[in-house]
Amino acid sequence: MELKDIINPNNLVYEKPKLLTENTMHYCPGCSHGVVHKLLAEVIEDLDIQDKTIGVSPVGCAVFAYNYIEIDWQEAAHGRAPAVATGIARTNPDKVVFTYQGDGDLASIGAAEILHACNRGENMVVIFVNNGIYGMTGGQMAPTTLIGQVTATTPNGRDVGRNGYPLKITELIAQLPGTSYVTRQSVHTPATIRKCKKALAKAFQAAIDKKGTSFVEVVSTCNMNWKMTPVKANEWMVDNMFPFYQPGDLKDSSKTDPESYTPLKN
Amino acid sequence: MGELRLMKGNEVIAEAAIRCGCDAYFGYPITPQSEVMETLMDREPWDETGMVVLQAESEIASIHMIYGAAASGKKVITSSSSPGISLMAEGISYIAGAELPCVIVNVQRGGPGLGTIQPSQADYFQSTKGGGHGDYRLIVLAPSSVQEMNDFVELGFQLAFKYRNPAMILTDGVIGQMMEKVVLAEYIPRLTDEEINEKYGSWATNGRKANRQRNIITSLEMDSGRMEKNNIRLQEKYTKMEEEEVLFEEFSCEDADYLLVAFGSSSRICQKAVDLAREKGIKVGLLRPITLFPFPKKPIAALAKQVKGMLVVEMNAGQMVEDVQLAAGCAIPVKHFGRMGGIIPSPGEVVEALEQKLIGG
Repeated sequence: MELKDIINPNNLVYEKPKLLTENTMHYCPGCSHGVVHKLLAEVIEDLDIQDKTIGVSPVGCAVFAYNYIEIDWQEAAHGRAPAVATGIARTNPDKVVFTYQGDGDLASIGAAEILHACNRGENMVVIFVNNGIYGMTGGQMAPTTLIGQVTATTPNGRDVGRNGYPLKITELIAQLPGTSYVTRQSVHTPATIRKCKKALAKAFQAAIDKKGTSFVEVVSTCNMNWKMTPVKANEWMVDNMFPFYQPGDLKDSSKTDPESYTPLKN
Repeated sequence: MGELRLMKGNEVIAEAAIRCGCDAYFGYPITPQSEVMETLMDREPWDETGMVVLQAESEIASIHMIYGAAASGKKVITSSSSPGISLMAEGISYIAGAELPCVIVNVQRGGPGLGTIQPSQADYFQSTKGGGHGDYRLIVLAPSSVQEMNDFVELGFQLAFKYRNPAMILTDGVIGQMMEKVVLAEYIPRLTDEEINEKYGSWATNGRKANRQRNIITSLEMDSGRMEKNNIRLQEKYTKMEEEEVLFEEFSCEDADYLLVAFGSSSRICQKAVDLAREKGIKVGLLRPITLFPFPKKPIAALAKQVKGMLVVEMNAGQMVEDVQLAAGCAIPVKHFGRMGGIIPSPGEVVEALEQKLIGG
């Protein structure tokens, strides 16, 4: 049997999503971003919303996300993606808007923007890739870095006295009345990848149905900056990240009904 | 003639935004410009024209909401005052870098820091020389009346869309807070999605249509060669503005021996100073730059051949005077007179300064 007999459309059992471009991804081998991008492309394709979806890419490793999915994109300043998405969503109410942000972008420099966009219940999807470290700038401490975790700016491990506590921002987001669906996922096994895709599909459907803000955290690895092999990084994530950032749905309801608030007295 | 009203400058900005078919206003309260958003919220334009008005959590968020909406081809405006504009500087640089149209109103107050809520013109450098990082320029319009507050909203949008560049209306607490009669503009309908596709489909990120490539709005370029080309393209745009968009006004310049140069509210004071000086037999004229960028270099250079000296009157420590000196050259003295910290100079003080700094000297 020759190669051309094997590489034949009739033998196709799996293919790259049509919305993923031919551009070579800049992500490090073993990085979770590529998997999340693929799921995102599949979900947009499955929902047939590529002509009305606008993505907002962050500053961080996903800064070039716009190179990889065949939809309209805007590149935001560091942390400002939720404000940028608010501007698009408010003036384009029939479009589907999402932000794609890392932990430094979303939980540190953009903490105000994400909290207020979620609190207003902006009609959008937030994809939050949390690998506990600044990837693009070379592995510095993030708000989500675990206690004791070694990074370029915590070479002896994160120390609470010096660096404060790891921030469970997703738990904060789930408290906000503007969010309807808040979940924490991962993409380290085929089963979790399938689960994560379902969560993303649900989040995008919520945006189509104008249910307010949906928030999908993906606990991820950064094997390059964690200085581990991809396999070891997955194990480290399960052993250390999951006990603190527990996978599962944090909220699955709807935006808080304004009628539920006590009316003002004269 | 359109509808005649007695209104505050800040209120007129709001009214003009609704009438010119704005899609959205995003802003944050700060004195002395809060009436802009207050007027908008009171007018409820979402019911009338469909215009979105949103009070953001900060000036930083406001300007990035502007960025997002502008990138999707919408006509959007924000307003703030000096400290708020400093916070917006990041977003303004991104908007200029990504080549997006919008109008930003700065109702200046005195600085530096928290400064004062009283009027000032101390943000001239910030507005005309950058303000944020990188080599970029804003189109800067300086109204001197409530009528021009009205007129420059639509003018700002026309220039912003023509060049795909942010335009700033640089005004101050005097014009923002004072009431004058104003002829309001006629209503212009907001663009429909189809019209936006037709006009701005080559760049606007409003959903990839089957008949076009996907659009990407970014100011990022990792290849230095391509980044330099992007910079060159921006600079060519600014040069074209300097060739085609300069606006200025002259008063009593035909026979002038001395020239006052002033913008915005200072130019109103200087108009009176021209009258006072002429009553004393001093032939004084006034040149009022209307566009601060592009700056009216040529008319100043021409008048430098006619007059014996120029006095630049500003409510700051001397900022526009540097541009006037560059335009006038070294043949005649170009002096500065200014008050700071929210103090507004009187016409008499201007004449006194003219006599002391130019005529007496």
